[in-house]
Amino acid sequence: MPPKQPLRRQSVSVGRGTRKRDEDSGTEVAEGADEWAQSKATVRPPDQLELTDAELKEEFTRILTANNPHAPQNIVRYSFKAAEKVAEELMTPKQPKERKLTNKFNFSERASQTFNNPLRDRECQMEPPPRTNFSATANQWEIYDAYVEELEKQEKTKEKEKAKTPVAKKMGKMAMRKMTSMESQSDDITKVTQAAKIVERMVNQNTYDDVAQDFKYYEDAADEYRDQEGTLLPLWKFQNDKAKRLAVTALCWNPKYNDLFAVGHGSYDFMKQSRGMLLLYSMKNPSFPEYIFSSESGIMCLDMHMDHPYLVVVGHYDGNVAIYNLKKPHSQPSFRSSAKSGKHTDPVWQVKWQKDDMDNNLNFFSVSSDGRIVSWTLVKSELVHTDVIKLKVEGSTTESLEGLQLYTVGCGTAFDFHKEIDYMFLVGTEEGKIYKCSKSYSSQFLDTYDAHNMAVDAVSWNPYHTKVFMSCSSDWTVKIWDHTIKTPMFIYDLNSAVGDVAWAPYSSTVFAAVTTNGKTHVFDLSINKYEAICNQPVVAKKKNKITHVQFNPIHPIIIVGDDRGHVTCLKLSPNLRKMPKEKKGQEVQKGPAVEIAKLDKLLNLVREVKTKI
Amino acid sequence: MGETEGKKDEADYKRLQTFPLVRHSDMPEEMRVETMELCVTACEKFSNNNESAAKMIKETMDRKFGSSWHVVIGEGFGFEITHEVKNLLYLYFGGALAVCVWKCS
Repeated sequence: MPPKQPLRRQSVSVGRGTRKRDEDSGTEVAEGADEWAQSKATVRPPDQLELTDAELKEEFTRILTANNPHAPQNIVRYSFKAAEKVAEELMTPKQPKERKLTNKFNFSERASQTFNNPLRDRECQMEPPPRTNFSATANQWEIYDAYVEELEKQEKTKEKEKAKTPVAKKMGKMAMRKMTSMESQSDDITKVTQAAKIVERMVNQNTYDDVAQDFKYYEDAADEYRDQEGTLLPLWKFQNDKAKRLAVTALCWNPKYNDLFAVGHGSYDFMKQSRGMLLLYSMKNPSFPEYIFSSESGIMCLDMHMDHPYLVVVGHYDGNVAIYNLKKPHSQPSFRSSAKSGKHTDPVWQVKWQKDDMDNNLNFFSVSSDGRIVSWTLVKSELVHTDVIKLKVEGSTTESLEGLQLYTVGCGTAFDFHKEIDYMFLVGTEEGKIYKCSKSYSSQFLDTYDAHNMAVDAVSWNPYHTKVFMSCSSDWTVKIWDHTIKTPMFIYDLNSAVGDVAWAPYSSTVFAAVTTNGKTHVFDLSINKYEAICNQPVVAKKKNKITHVQFNPIHPIIIVGDDRGHVTCLKLSPNLRKMPKEKKGQEVQKGPAVEIAKLDKLLNLVREVKTKI
Repeated sequence: MGETEGKKDEADYKRLQTFPLVRHSDMPEEMRVETMELCVTACEKFSNNNESAAKMIKETMDRKFGSSWHVVIGEGFGFEITHEVKNLLYLYFGGALAVCVWKCS
């Protein structure tokens, strides 16, 4: 009823309004209430769904999420990285992809095989442990017998125990046990040292059998034809690995054992100074030294005591002197000088034993480049030094401001003591002068000889003739002097610096000189006054300088040392050791007197010449 | 006098019976002592069964010193054997038993 409705509306609103007015006024209540009661019916919106009751009661669940349902699922954004438009993947749970079915008919297989190393069988058979047989019988009577025996033994030992003190027995047992255990543990070499040494020597002699035969028996037959010239037959060569780089600086034969000699090793090179070694070789065993001692500083000289052949005194490059005792063969010297006890400040060039002094103390002299000649005495296991002489260079003493006398000190390089006149000795210096000195005068020399132009390398008194001595020097000359005359008797120029000279012990006219060009010269004044009767290169390589030479006191051999650390032993051929020829019927006198007379004759010739001039 | 002496001897002899008397051995000292003790133990344990005693000794020696050991225990036998050097022990025990132990693989 459309026309009614607007009326109704109006009436409702009016009703409401009237209600209000009613509230205010309260007079027109009855009329408004009726209209209001009529307008309580529900009003439907025009677009409302028409649903049945059942449908209305249906419940619908709604889930609220944070996602925006209106946002598109597939946003495409431009990605600068990929430079294209890429569909962004949104965080939606995806379903696992379905697996691709592999095509069983359409794939290829790849395989490869590396080389297998071929197999090889390896067998080894150990030596089976050694076996032996053993046999015995076990019977009742044997067992009984054995037990009875044991009983008896035990009774005996009990009696012995009662006799001896039990303590001693225990000690004995302990010692025995220790001995047995020690013996089984220790090296067997110590037991067989003696035997091993003998075997070693035998093996060496077998190896060098021909050399040993030569040494004893070979006499160069060619000497008869060789008109007074002689040869040196090389025998053994001694060298040791440890001393390989070190030059031989000193040689000395042992006064008691004629086959034993000492070799001192060191270095003559000022720049390359290293350690030193003292080796003692025996001719019976050329392959290895008998004794080896090593030292920190190079050994420059050595000497063996006449009466105590086991004492070797050694002078070092650093100025120390040391005494080695061969009876105690550990590597340390028995006595040693030190800076405190007055060692030299420069290398010690020569040492020589002297006779025991009045208190029976051992005594030796040493000469060194620091210009001092020092006498050392072994007092109660300490070395005490006494300056015997200082080598002042003559004419160089000057007065300093405070009245002290300054002098330059000459450097001593060699000395030798007179064989008979004990207090007299000669000193050779680096300046080329030789001074004759006395042990008793410490400030003055008895005599001076202007010997050489360069350093004097060795001086040596003649073993027979008391007046004659010899000197050699790096100025290529060897000079023979009479100590009463200022000029030399004989001068020999050897074309190369002379390292060492030595008189032969069997003749007063024979001597040997060695030079740096590897040659050994042997002179016999009674045969040839002007030339060597033997002039032989001794060392293999030409660069090898020979440094020292020594005659063996008994056998006709010499040892020659070079700067590579080798010592060569040479045999003198018969021409070199000629005794004066026996005239028929005339007795040949042998002995020192003859030797002296021989040399005297020669000297007289020379002196006559000189006096004539 | 004779009787007392005889009794004394018997007494001493009986004392010695349990003392193992080594007749011949070339084993090192330690090994020898160990083996001796082992034999004594075995013989005392199996005093009426030589075979078990020998078995015990042999197995222990095999374990301790390596294979392979041989053991003979008895009262009357003679033997000739080849043994590895330093691996033989021949001893008497108990007044009537003799034990011979050697190694030979």
